[in-house]
Amino acid sequence: MADVKKVATRDSYGNALKELGAVAENLVVLDADLAGATKTAIFQKAFPDRHFDCGIAEANMIDVAAGLSTMGLVPFAATFAMFAAGRAYEQVRNTIGYPHLNVKIGATHGGISVGEDGASHQCCEDFALMRTIPGMTVMCPSDDVEARQMVKAAYEMNGPVYMRFGRAATPVFHGEDFKFEIGKGEVLRDGTDAAIIATGIMVPEAIEAGKLLAEEGINARVINMATIKPLDEELVLQAARECGKLVTVEEHSIIGGLGEAVCSLVSERCPVPVKRIGVNDEFGHSGPAAALLEQFGLCADNIVKQVRALLGK
Amino acid sequence: MTPEEKRALQLTAVSVREGILTSTHGAKAGHPGGSLSAADVFTYLYFKELRIDPKNPRWEDRDRFVLSKGHTAPGLYAVLALRGYFPVEELPRLRHIDSFLQGHPNMNTVPGVDMSTGSLGQGLSAAAGMAKGAKYLGKDVNAYALLGDGELAEGQIWEATMFAAHYKLDNLCIIADINGLQIDGRTKDVMNTEPVDAKFAAFGCDVVKVDGHDFDQLEAAFARFHENHGSGRPTCILMKTTKGKGVSYMEDNAGWHGKAPNDEEYAKGMAELAEARKALEV
Repeated sequence: MADVKKVATRDSYGNALKELGAVAENLVVLDADLAGATKTAIFQKAFPDRHFDCGIAEANMIDVAAGLSTMGLVPFAATFAMFAAGRAYEQVRNTIGYPHLNVKIGATHGGISVGEDGASHQCCEDFALMRTIPGMTVMCPSDDVEARQMVKAAYEMNGPVYMRFGRAATPVFHGEDFKFEIGKGEVLRDGTDAAIIATGIMVPEAIEAGKLLAEEGINARVINMATIKPLDEELVLQAARECGKLVTVEEHSIIGGLGEAVCSLVSERCPVPVKRIGVNDEFGHSGPAAALLEQFGLCADNIVKQVRALLGK
Repeated sequence: MTPEEKRALQLTAVSVREGILTSTHGAKAGHPGGSLSAADVFTYLYFKELRIDPKNPRWEDRDRFVLSKGHTAPGLYAVLALRGYFPVEELPRLRHIDSFLQGHPNMNTVPGVDMSTGSLGQGLSAAAGMAKGAKYLGKDVNAYALLGDGELAEGQIWEATMFAAHYKLDNLCIIADINGLQIDGRTKDVMNTEPVDAKFAAFGCDVVKVDGHDFDQLEAAFARFHENHGSGRPTCILMKTTKGKGVSYMEDNAGWHGKAPNDEEYAKGMAELAEARKALEV
């Protein structure tokens, strides 16, 4: 995919905020000394009076966002996933989730593709943490087009949202005519031998795996599940019924994320074998993003291998 | 304020204290000690200071109050009921399974509550967000947060104070109820937060120290808050108080931080408050 355009979804986040800011006067942005990295600096440059840097104090930032939302503003709070979902978990749970406030958390640098910074910054637990909060919408876009539409959709809905964006530039495969909808998965390739359900930057890998499997005569359905909560249950159950075997792929711990959400659903309503591909209950380490993803099996080749194994081939 | 006005506030504060006893007795649980130490400031805020409309609890341009020390909900609920946000008859149903009066303030179930709180250290940040939002929107709205002195050990309080000073939130009033006790004992023994005045001053606040049971001093302190508008400095009112104030056996006793009075204790406390009322009415 050498000639494919690549964009990091954190850039999409910054660009979408700037675009929205021009029409949404009640939108304000908060950051915790990472505006350059989270790309909210793009918004800041356009609207300096509406960008509130909170310094390196994420817990305070999250609760300030809660207070701002009660004044009728729509705050987007940005920091790395590690600090938004990890450091400030309890602030998000008690002061945004419990009162169900209209705060949007835009967390960047999720997963091991953070790369060289290593395990302390490679958050692979954020889906799990955020999913457990009642009423929280949890999303992770698969490319630039989806990310930009997701930011707009998050602004337009009322209620708390957690979005995870990536650091690394990844392929843009959606056309501009794509229409994103919160809570709806997207079938990118049809097939009935197995279904691959992926989220975030694993979606391009799943598409590639779908192609490689087709060359072997295995027709896998490929689904982009950008909304992890609320899960598109109908689409997952349909895949379970029609394909009989599921593989989930996420740049997240196999504990508590998309894989477990799918497992919980199908085990109760349509039991079928599931293989979860993700980070296997371990910490990451430093290295180039692409090499890390391959090492942790978060790549098309491993998806192919796991689908084959599930099919006994 | 006139002597009549002061007496009226004092009488209302007695009613707030009765509400605290009635609700925690009815709940067989809850936090009377810190509710009683703050009963006078609750009264002052809701009957004199705050620009509010109990008939329109969500009025956009109202002042905001955040009870950062959310466990003292019995005090807040009592004053809200007396101010007309909901019937006083609801108070004994505090913490009951089918009651809207949750153990800690819930902004979605209790009319007049501006922020859900309970987990210490977070309310000041939310109030700072309200103050910042008001400034951004060009609204003449003040935000007030009431903190406990034990709560000052939470690091987020200082993150929020730094934020308030940095963004020149002179429409934010930080009120700390310095009753000197927390669950495990004397605050100075559990985790010494003193010198509190020097700390808030160093973080950029205009610090005012008052007797938190003296309405004249409270009036002067809030007047200074209003004078600080335009200065770019948040105001911090440090109130020296007595935990359990007004109920003899609860006063300055950490054991009454989170314990409800039994029937006998309730009767004794209510009798003392009736005496206090009688003394004021003479």
